Amino acid sequence: MRWSRKDLVGIRELSAEEITFVLDTAAAFKQVGTRDVKKVPALRGKTLVNFFVEPSTRTRTSFELAAKRLSADVINISATTSSLTKGETLKDTAKILEANHADIIVLRHSSAGAPQFLAERLRASVINAGDGAHEHPTQALLDLYTIRERRGSIAGLHVAIVGDILFSRVARSNIFALLKLGARVTLVGPSTLVPRVFERLGVTVSHCIDEVLPTVDVVHLLRVQHERQRKEYFPGIGEYIRLFGLTKARAKLLKADCLIMHPGPINRGVEIDSDLADGVQSVILAQVTNGLAVRMAVLYLCGGIASR
Amino acid sequence: MSATVIRNGRIIDPANGRDEIADLLIIDGLIAALPQLSTLNSQPDEIDAGNLIVAPGLIDIHVHLREPGFGWKETIESGARAAAAGGFTTIVCMPNTSPVADSPSTIAWIKDRAAAAACVHVLPTGAISKNLAGEELAPIGSLAQAGVVAITDDGHCVQNSELMRRAVEYARMVGVPVLDHCQDYNLVGHGVVHEGYWSTLLGLPGWPAAGEEAIVARNILLAELCDHRIHCQHISSAGSVRLLREARGRGVRISGEACPHHIALTHEAIQNFDTNYKMNPPLRSQADVDALIAGIADGTLDILASDHAPHAKFEKEVEFDRAPFGIVGLETELGLFLDLLVHKRKAIDLPRLIEMFTTIPAELLKLKAGTLATGAAADVTLIDPNLEWTVDANAFETLSSNTPFHGWNLKGRAVRTIVGGRTVWRL
Repeated sequence: MRWSRKDLVGIRELSAEEITFVLDTAAAFKQVGTRDVKKVPALRGKTLVNFFVEPSTRTRTSFELAAKRLSADVINISATTSSLTKGETLKDTAKILEANHADIIVLRHSSAGAPQFLAERLRASVINAGDGAHEHPTQALLDLYTIRERRGSIAGLHVAIVGDILFSRVARSNIFALLKLGARVTLVGPSTLVPRVFERLGVTVSHCIDEVLPTVDVVHLLRVQHERQRKEYFPGIGEYIRLFGLTKARAKLLKADCLIMHPGPINRGVEIDSDLADGVQSVILAQVTNGLAVRMAVLYLCGGIASR
Repeated sequence: MSATVIRNGRIIDPANGRDEIADLLIIDGLIAALPQLSTLNSQPDEIDAGNLIVAPGLIDIHVHLREPGFGWKETIESGARAAAAGGFTTIVCMPNTSPVADSPSTIAWIKDRAAAAACVHVLPTGAISKNLAGEELAPIGSLAQAGVVAITDDGHCVQNSELMRRAVEYARMVGVPVLDHCQDYNLVGHGVVHEGYWSTLLGLPGWPAAGEEAIVARNILLAELCDHRIHCQHISSAGSVRLLREARGRGVRISGEACPHHIALTHEAIQNFDTNYKMNPPLRSQADVDALIAGIADGTLDILASDHAPHAKFEKEVEFDRAPFGIVGLETELGLFLDLLVHKRKAIDLPRLIEMFTTIPAELLKLKAGTLATGAAADVTLIDPNLEWTVDANAFETLSSNTPFHGWNLKGRAVRTIVGGRTVWRL
């Protein structure tokens, strides 16, 4: 197939074929990372702006590295260093970036829909690096890449996503991506954070992790926000661990080849036992490595369209 | 002496039980008895109203004119022109201005501006609480003396039910009704769209229907407790309709209004994060839309209003959750209601539609408007119920253009608006 999108704002609008195409492209770029010279000239002369209105280290670094390996020039802008703090609108800030000939804008923003808002208004490529509780498409792509790498394919697998689904963009992008590629998805967590309405997206909702764990091929754990941020949603970390934490005892319920995934940053001892995070079933570090390849693929594909 | 005769229109005047093809005579700004035509010593102006409805001037009891304080969104002058272009001769403006309309001096300012600049009647409301803060009562008696037609904290909602109770009791004493924007702040939180399928899919904070229904239920209880009229603004949910239907069936002094956008659109419209679909209360599900229309059909919701809420383009063109709520409505309202309620859904007939825009709001606010009785002010709206037209936001009279209806094809609209015998707008 031929890639035709200048932007990546979400997984929801991608076809299964497009998702697979990104993953296949990422496989080629992953090989680049194993070379002595980890750099290709694909985006030489292009300027990429990492525009992070919401704080992030992991995703921003990954995009920056990916861009540099593609030979793009990279600048980083955070909320505190941008004019947004002086009352400039998002649209104006982005127009300024474009007037400075930015070719690709990677946006992290606390408002759902912000990347689409920019994508509709700019000639530059807009890549969503996480918007509110909406989508985090490159995270889902790297998760799928990691699953596919270990299990050969996605179709037919049963994946549990555990934790704070309601506020999670990682969960939404993963749900869309996994379903499109033929996986079965079960969401697990407290009823306040995993309301039944999610079933209308085509997934199963469970509030009993012990029933789900023996049946899954992948368990994807989400970071649990602290009580301070979610005090109306669950009684506390202690109770969360008791009901939903992936403890050593619970891990015994897993199939031997079940993958344990986490988008990070991890709360060791909360959503996942510390030893399990580092154990043989964990692919958490592989996710990070694959994130680089997936982001190179996304920047290469979308950046190539925008420059036409 | 000036005289105008409107020929051959279908006069629909619910206040006087009329629905007939006839001529309507206006002399010196007042409705006159037709036999007086023969006593005129000069030829009257003639307006041909063949195939048109001749209705009492329509009333919209829920508009935001933004002055004082936000003149870049709308002014009393431009808002009044938008009203005239929509067929309205009387509009009731909300108090969420800057300063808030919570003092007699601000009410006097609004009335002065209206007298100087507005081409239709502009009637102010006053705040329930000082600065709309929901903490202490505004001087409701003084506001009533200054001429407000109702009190409301519209845009806000008094959360403290004890304070609301005292406001209703006090309003009863001074003889003004209470209009309420029904929103439980705890239940709604930061919600910006209907809590349901689309909020879940898009990760936007949900605004549950229960957040409206809890306050509707409270208002029903307070209307009973205080034996005074409370009118619930812009009802959006099936549950609210059910609560109102039950209470009105028991004779409780409670009422509700419907806005065009809540019956024309569902929350599916938000999927591209277009802020012209962001309003408060939010667009809800098809089941809610159907319940609102059923509520209009059976009289549970008996007033139609626009919640005209102008915002500048630069204010709306921002991230969805940061954009202000609301859309302009005065110039699309009648067309949408005619098209959807009368033509498409056949929920009500033309006389009922006109009643909901005239006698019923006039009764709520004790206005001497909404009638074509001899001697009444000649506020008249001519409506072509079958005229097909296309909404063009660029041609609006309002200063703002924040509408989701640009490009919609509608059937039916006002074609001439007459205030005090003078044509203030015509197509």
